[in-house]
Amino acid sequence: MSLLSQKHMLGLADYSAAEIQTILDTSLQMRDILNRPVKKVPTLRGVTVVNLFLENSTRTRTSFELAEKRLSADTLNFSASGSALAKGETMLDTALNIEAMKVDVVVMRHKSPGSPHFLARHLESIIINAGDGRHEHPTQGLLDMMTLRDKYGSLKGLRVALVGDILHSRVAMSNIIGLKKMGAEVIVCGPSTLLPRGIERMGVEITNSLDEAIRRADALNILRIQLERQTAGLFPSLREYHKYFGVTRARLEQASAPLTILHPGPMNRGVEITSDVADSEHSVILQQVTNGVAVRMAVLYLLAGGRAEPSA
Amino acid sequence: MTSKYTRFDKPARAENLLLQGARVIDPLHGTDQVMNLHIRDGVLQPTPTDVPAGADVVDLRGHWITPGWFDLHVHLREPGKEVAETIATGCMAAMNGGITGIACMPNTNPPLDDAASVNWVRDQARSFPVDVHVVAAVTRGRAGKELVDMSEIVEAGVRAFSDDGGPVKSSAVLSNAVQYANMLGARIFEHAEDIYLAEGGSMNESEWSTRLGISGMPTIAEAIDVARCVLISEYTGGAIHICHVSARETVELIRNAKRKGIKITGEVCPHHLLLTDEACQTFDTNFKMNPPLRGEADRQACWDAFLDGTLEVYCTDHAPHSWEDKTQEFDVAPFGIVGLETSLSLALTHFMPKGLSLEQLLDRAVYAPRRILSQPIPRIAAGEQANLTIIDATHKWKVNPDDFKSLSRNTPYGGWELTGKARGVIHRGMALIQTF
Repeated sequence: MSLLSQKHMLGLADYSAAEIQTILDTSLQMRDILNRPVKKVPTLRGVTVVNLFLENSTRTRTSFELAEKRLSADTLNFSASGSALAKGETMLDTALNIEAMKVDVVVMRHKSPGSPHFLARHLESIIINAGDGRHEHPTQGLLDMMTLRDKYGSLKGLRVALVGDILHSRVAMSNIIGLKKMGAEVIVCGPSTLLPRGIERMGVEITNSLDEAIRRADALNILRIQLERQTAGLFPSLREYHKYFGVTRARLEQASAPLTILHPGPMNRGVEITSDVADSEHSVILQQVTNGVAVRMAVLYLLAGGRAEPSA
Repeated sequence: MTSKYTRFDKPARAENLLLQGARVIDPLHGTDQVMNLHIRDGVLQPTPTDVPAGADVVDLRGHWITPGWFDLHVHLREPGKEVAETIATGCMAAMNGGITGIACMPNTNPPLDDAASVNWVRDQARSFPVDVHVVAAVTRGRAGKELVDMSEIVEAGVRAFSDDGGPVKSSAVLSNAVQYANMLGARIFEHAEDIYLAEGGSMNESEWSTRLGISGMPTIAEAIDVARCVLISEYTGGAIHICHVSARETVELIRNAKRKGIKITGEVCPHHLLLTDEACQTFDTNFKMNPPLRGEADRQACWDAFLDGTLEVYCTDHAPHSWEDKTQEFDVAPFGIVGLETSLSLALTHFMPKGLSLEQLLDRAVYAPRRILSQPIPRIAAGEQANLTIIDATHKWKVNPDDFKSLSRNTPYGGWELTGKARGVIHRGMALIQTF
């Protein structure tokens, strides 16, 4: 059925470098479609995709929905609020009910790590993880890699620093796993309280100094910092965070060559990133958004393409 | 053999029973020999020369008979969560696992925090060959504030108090409870956990919690509370028993405390001796319990401490949960796994071949738990009440959770191939002898 050896996309941890390569190559073809006057192909005609978003998300859901529509899939959005889940139904029952309506693909966002793996054990549908707690966000990892590959041609030997709240970041985890598989070097930079235990075992370099990260990296992927981490006592204040871990133009000017700037969004301008960085010529933040649609089209096509009607 | 002894729900009377040809092992009393045991009305008789008239004869050649095994850490879910376990099904699970005595924890709903509820629980177990000892709550409603009526509860036969499921949070309350219990000849069982360090966690904090994005509970969350217990025990002179030890730091604290003569005891569960946190990578909630599966260094430290007796009790933290409760997201599902029906077999399959002698095993599974509860130690000798576990040490079987007598199936050992199984139990004048 699937054009990959995988049935689902639960996390990049399950994917080989060759499979990631295939997805990134396919994403380029998908981006070509997005640049046409008529941005729609019949590839997934007759395939039904449900976007099961049990945690708030506008950006990722919109990106998936657009990708599904570009491929002519039938799409359905399902969110937690106002659903049976709010009335005490378990996630499994909710998912089984949706599947009983004969859907082919479930794109899932949920706060619980491993929830897509849980659904994959109990459902027949293809499951795509759109973010499970702090575990993985595989399509974000892929779109970040696609964006970096656009810029540098290859990921091999590229030095990418992830800056900020590594502990709570599924984006960081999928970036680390994906980039390491593709031969890049990864530096994680943040206050010690936001660097998870055992992260060094994943083959990354660790620093608490943003200046050092800037000195050594080719690109910075700047993670969103959330105010609730301050109230949890993980760092003293947003003011102090900005002073020591906020990426500013002045800090970037220390680098010998310009760094490429990525951010998964949504940004806290003036906290982890200043506007003169976010909007600079080295920022690829909006390319990331475009590539996000292309990557999701590629993943949907590669996983569900075999399910489309033969005439399509 | 007659099938009258195969009933779990209504165990037959051991009126006149001859157990033939088993190896009878009671190391504490210097017994290890092949012999026939004759039981009349639940009492062991002098070894007969012939088959006594009217006796039911059971051929147990090749089997072992030991004093009845004891599980010092069990959760029965009655009252409150009878879909997961009742007192009756818990007793039947114990019988199936070869266990004749259990200590059940008070975190039911409502909690077991007075003499009436203690007596009620014991009454529910009367028709089974299993002693159910209640570990009563330390504080009223397990709320961590006021002490329960300890003297009255001790008069009802209780020798241990615990707010298990969680720690006694206030050091002042814990210190007072230890002193008051000590006055009564009882002790506190502490579920050691610093609730602030462990807050929100679903597994051990480690490389694996990082990889899996699951919020972690550090080993020191356990050890910090154990350090507090050691100091309080030393200060008050009262005994504290540390439940389900999982962390290497805890092992060190207990070892050092014992060396100094402080009255600290410790227990260990099979899962902390057999499994590590890596097992969580499938997000299977049957690997989620509290304390969680730790790293290899912790597992090794627990094993060493189990071998050298620093952790002197082998128990399971039998924690039944319904399929509905366990079939949820990893961070949403409740902590705990069942253990009564696999612990004996796991010990024979995995611990004895790695250097734990039968004598050591029986000390940790038969004698030590009863010592800690100040209960009489069963003895296999004429004139004594028969309190026996019958073991087929060579029987090979595969764990099928659907065969459990427990109402719950939440085991990480489903599909495991084990060697050795309890064939039956005889206690309180009742006998269960299974046919395989």
